[in-house]
Amino acid sequence: MRIDWKSYNPGKFYDEVISSPAHPRKTARILARYLASLSSEELQMRKSSAELAIKTMGISFTVYSEAGNIDREWPFDIIPRIISETQWRATSKGLEQRLQALNCFIHDIYNDQKILKDKIVPAELLADSVNFRKECVGMKPAFNVWANICGTDLIRDRDGKFYVLEDNLRVPSGVSYMLENRKVTKRVFPELFENYNIQPITEYPSQLFDMLAAISPRPLDYPEIVVLTPGIYNSAYFEHSFLAQQMGVELVEGNDLVVENDCVYMRTINGLARVDVIYRRIDDMFLDPEVFHKDSALGVPGLMRAWLKGNVALANAPGAGVADDKVIYTFVPAMIKYYLGEEAILPNVPSYLCIDKKQCQYVLENLDKLVVKPANESGGYGMLMGPQASRKERAEFALKVKANPRNYMAQPLISLSTAPVLVDKGAAEPRHIDLRPFILQGRNSYVTPGGLTRVAMVKGSYIVNSSQGGGSKDTWVVSDGGV
Amino acid sequence: MLSRVGERIYWLSRYLERAENSARLMNVYSSLLLDLPKGARIGWHTLVEITGSFNEFDEKFQANDERSVIRFLLADTKNPVSILSSLEMARENARTTREIIPAEAWEQINNLYLYTRENAAKGISRGPRNQLLQQIIAHCQQLTGLLAGAMSHNSAYNFIRLGRNLERADMTTRIVDVGSVSLLPTLQVGGAASEPVIEPYENIIWMNVLRSLSAYQMYRQHVLDRVNGEDVVTFLLQDTQLPRSVIHCLSKLEFCLQKLPGNEDAILQVSRAQALVASADIPALLQKGLLEFIDELQVEIGEIHGRIAEAWFLPVVENTQTQAQSQK
Repeated sequence: MRIDWKSYNPGKFYDEVISSPAHPRKTARILARYLASLSSEELQMRKSSAELAIKTMGISFTVYSEAGNIDREWPFDIIPRIISETQWRATSKGLEQRLQALNCFIHDIYNDQKILKDKIVPAELLADSVNFRKECVGMKPAFNVWANICGTDLIRDRDGKFYVLEDNLRVPSGVSYMLENRKVTKRVFPELFENYNIQPITEYPSQLFDMLAAISPRPLDYPEIVVLTPGIYNSAYFEHSFLAQQMGVELVEGNDLVVENDCVYMRTINGLARVDVIYRRIDDMFLDPEVFHKDSALGVPGLMRAWLKGNVALANAPGAGVADDKVIYTFVPAMIKYYLGEEAILPNVPSYLCIDKKQCQYVLENLDKLVVKPANESGGYGMLMGPQASRKERAEFALKVKANPRNYMAQPLISLSTAPVLVDKGAAEPRHIDLRPFILQGRNSYVTPGGLTRVAMVKGSYIVNSSQGGGSKDTWVVSDGGV
Repeated sequence: MLSRVGERIYWLSRYLERAENSARLMNVYSSLLLDLPKGARIGWHTLVEITGSFNEFDEKFQANDERSVIRFLLADTKNPVSILSSLEMARENARTTREIIPAEAWEQINNLYLYTRENAAKGISRGPRNQLLQQIIAHCQQLTGLLAGAMSHNSAYNFIRLGRNLERADMTTRIVDVGSVSLLPTLQVGGAASEPVIEPYENIIWMNVLRSLSAYQMYRQHVLDRVNGEDVVTFLLQDTQLPRSVIHCLSKLEFCLQKLPGNEDAILQVSRAQALVASADIPALLQKGLLEFIDELQVEIGEIHGRIAEAWFLPVVENTQTQAQSQK
């Protein structure tokens, strides 16, 4: 048995490979033909070899359970996802534009607050923001950029256009899996690479390094850069270690660092060594027990002092999360206009704000049609999938929304596009996917070609988070001509 | 290099060496059985004693039979010094220093652990045991070569060599201890009531002691006399050229320590251990006092670890809190 594109049917959803049963899209033609040429045994074999590669390369993520933390192999589907270069060019511009505006916004919020005074964004939103850090007021980080690394979640609706679902400005993860997915695909489908012009993604670590070096407070040729991890029990530890290795910098934990005279040092076998730039993968509240959670053993006492004095750079800057809020999100198109004088290239998903009485009324009356999200949860937690929820669940959720309308926003259930995933016995079935490109901003901006495609491995499911059973795909940006 | 990284790399190396040594020991022990006459009962429990884990073992098992001992030392994940546990710890230390060690080395260690985990249960019966243990030994040696050939011989590499040689020296003292003090008296032929019979198997036992340290062939080339206790113990403790002799491991430690900053205390301690080994009167000790001598030597070796930890590792801090925040 082979993959039969005639019987592959994504229904009403936009599919990344076919436009209608048996009709592959232009950029995916070679892929579709190639996959159909392989027997199911051969496909199964490739799948196994990918699993083996992931196992031996030790590509893993950590899952928390009652039985302890389990290091699990990264779930991966071998069929790559293809995006045309033409479409990507515009998307990439849109992502840069978006991050620039977001950084203007964060800087404005911690300094002049013009956007509030001009009433573009309601001031009460800020008063209630859990990610606003009063300790950061007045700070001016290098290039006035607060979010140096951003992971923006995009989805494709039925019209095939990309929409922004959310911006992750705190400690976005996934970029290592994007890079490793490509390596695995190279091992599994080397033949396919001959027939496509695929934009390489390998330069991300050096782009990241250059960006971090550029924000060093000391103008050195070789600033000391470190990656700060919460430690091996963190779900993204693999990535922290991977990025440190790829950049050739130290991976440090909180107790490797010490602050003296408002400068940060790391404990080495040669004694203390000054640190210039910290790519921190610890949440704000754990960064410095002198300022935030007093009992955090993960952070470094005095780190905020050193940062505020300008003796060390932190990426992302503390407080950058103020714009990583699903309610603030709805104002991004307005921010782009306000700060950059441009129209947003990438549209938001239409949203309803519960803080607005009228919109809240609409949300409460239409809970069965909407997805309701809390402003600050991540990983798909704490949200209501209205159409799939029971009457009781909806009623309970309505109470939560009424109690704290500022904390909620709602969106219509948008249709995530589908892509073929290899299921048992070498057959392909459509599954929903999203896309997380990574954007860097320091002196310059950089966008990864493509990004991390996450897959809801369960039929019909929209949940793509790896912590909840999601998988991933290699993502190719290819020139439109194919060959 | 970070102190924490130095510490983890050092332990990575110790655990790997420990796994390799345990595999050697088990292998030789299993083959020793084949050389002994039917009815000879050698104590499997001795293997447990060598690894210093008799408390854990005795709590868990009633019988000192081959299967219990091998299961405990090979595949028991609750025994902290079993081969599987050692490899798991080696892998964990490698996983947390992936940014430092060559990517191929990490893949090898990961593979070795996965292979052992999958096959450890099979090794409990005698048939496939030899093959499994040989594989583990070969993988470990491959890793040693890989690290030597693919890693800059920098501070991190020095910590690898420190860990390896310290663990090696320690294991050699344990094996000498067992060969001379514990093993011979337990050799019995016939029923429980019979007297310990040593001749002619003493010779066989000493040959196996040498084999467990890959030293038999070198011994033959070096010591022209027949295999006997006095020469074997001298060779394993004092031969400067044998890579697993205690004195050789100590001089390797000294060599690596010379390259590290702030090394005075550690080097002084190595010198103390060296002096102790070099001045030992082996024939006299074999008559009386070898057990005490080995104990003293093991304490000195333990002190070397103490000095290394003081000089370069992170001060011990209570760090029980883990951050269970999941990152997006």
